[in-house]
Amino acid sequence: MNEPVVKIQNMAMQFKITTQKVDHLKEYFIKFLKRDLNYREFYALKDISFQIYKGERVGIIGHNGAGKSTLLKLISGVMKPTSGSIDVKGSIAPLLELGAGFDSELSGLDNIFLNGAILGKSKEFLTEHFDSIVEYAELGDFINVPIKNYSSGMKARLGFSIATCLNPDILIIDEILGVGDQRFRKKSSQTMGELIESGKTILLVSHSLQQIEKLCSRVIWIDKGMLKMDGDTQDVCQAYKEFMNHRS
Amino acid sequence: MYDYFKSFYDYRYLLQVMVRRDIKNKYRGSYLGILWSLLNPLLQMVVLTIIFSTLFERSIENFALYMISGRILFDFFSGTTTMSIRSLTTSSSLIKKVYFPKYIVPLSRVISNFIIFLISLIDLALVIVITGASLSWEMLFAPVYLIIFMLFTLGCSLILSTIAVFFRDIEHLYGIVTMVLMYFSAIFYPIDILPKNAEFLLLFNPIYQFILGFRGCVYYNVGISYFNLVVCLVWAVVSLFLGLFLFKRNQDKFILYI
Repeated sequence: MNEPVVKIQNMAMQFKITTQKVDHLKEYFIKFLKRDLNYREFYALKDISFQIYKGERVGIIGHNGAGKSTLLKLISGVMKPTSGSIDVKGSIAPLLELGAGFDSELSGLDNIFLNGAILGKSKEFLTEHFDSIVEYAELGDFINVPIKNYSSGMKARLGFSIATCLNPDILIIDEILGVGDQRFRKKSSQTMGELIESGKTILLVSHSLQQIEKLCSRVIWIDKGMLKMDGDTQDVCQAYKEFMNHRS
Repeated sequence: MYDYFKSFYDYRYLLQVMVRRDIKNKYRGSYLGILWSLLNPLLQMVVLTIIFSTLFERSIENFALYMISGRILFDFFSGTTTMSIRSLTTSSSLIKKVYFPKYIVPLSRVISNFIIFLISLIDLALVIVITGASLSWEMLFAPVYLIIFMLFTLGCSLILSTIAVFFRDIEHLYGIVTMVLMYFSAIFYPIDILPKNAEFLLLFNPIYQFILGFRGCVYYNVGISYFNLVVCLVWAVVSLFLGLFLFKRNQDKFILYI
């Protein structure tokens, strides 16, 4: 098989949770002097190793607080792991919460350029793709209106449109496939289908096993920060369902 | 180090977009827009000149020019650093979601403020023309000071924005610091009114040193004093290195605190 695009080895992410938040210099000094800076260490992720190859569509499942979002943040480079290594090849467009990079005071037009620039695109690239982004988002004249006056559906549409039009090597999706109204949802799932067909590497986090089963070719199950299972979609989903039923 | 420059090159367009956004944000919704960066220093100067000029009439000639040449420098410094202090925390939604080099956040604030500062230099030119101050070729040295001053301000912005991530208190404390700095920068009074034993405060105030150097070019028309230039350079280098060092060392931890 070809080179892995994401390579994770023995990765761990540790958070220090202060039992009392220290936000002030004075407090910090007092506590430091008293040796009272008690925090407990907490592993959000531990001993994670896996590789993702080009063109794979990987679903990540696990119950709330299992460490799925932390994993995505590590892959997209927002966080650095405490130990272990993570190696990503190619550009990444994170769809972690649509429109995360929007400035609500600016117009949609300005936000397309801002968002595109944050995702590392050049001015030429954005000018070239500008029309298709606007058209896909179906914003029309609203493109010159500040984002703060957009409906949540419009914002989501614009975010989805930007992330998919930028044509990244790896697309990271965190629970967003229910974008917009019925019609746009249909259109976006069609686009997702096209992206899948084009052999794009996709990472999808979702609680909806249906969606995972429909879109993914491989599933990674994370439980309490550990890699519980990694394999074929059917097998992992089956095991996950049994595990969840067993618990409840 | 090479990576540093490469990322700077890769993200130059983001920097450009952020600078434009900062400037747009500053004057959003106002009718006069960017004209305010011309009007504000001018109006301030008029008010302060009316208040103080009679007080120091005999000791300062061309009070208006003396005042505005100090005032715009100080305003650039205090405005930029005050904005940078909050820059990382106000961009938290972005930093938490997408990867990009974080130094772009304070850097864009410094550059956008510097552009606005350059516009306010038109006021300075106006005052020089209107008051009939003598023009001299020493004025050509002024940009040297302005560039060093910008680097100094950038260093301070990096230091302050880093500290503010871990200790929010500094935002509130800093208001007092800038006030003290302002009163010890000899913006609207001649330095000889200070008691002899307080003069050292001016010597150790970097802002005053920059104002002194800048005034040497545009007000006293004496050009560059090498001692003063070295002092300014040392301040700029120290603040820039300290800023880069602190920022680079802590940038991966930002996300856990904002």
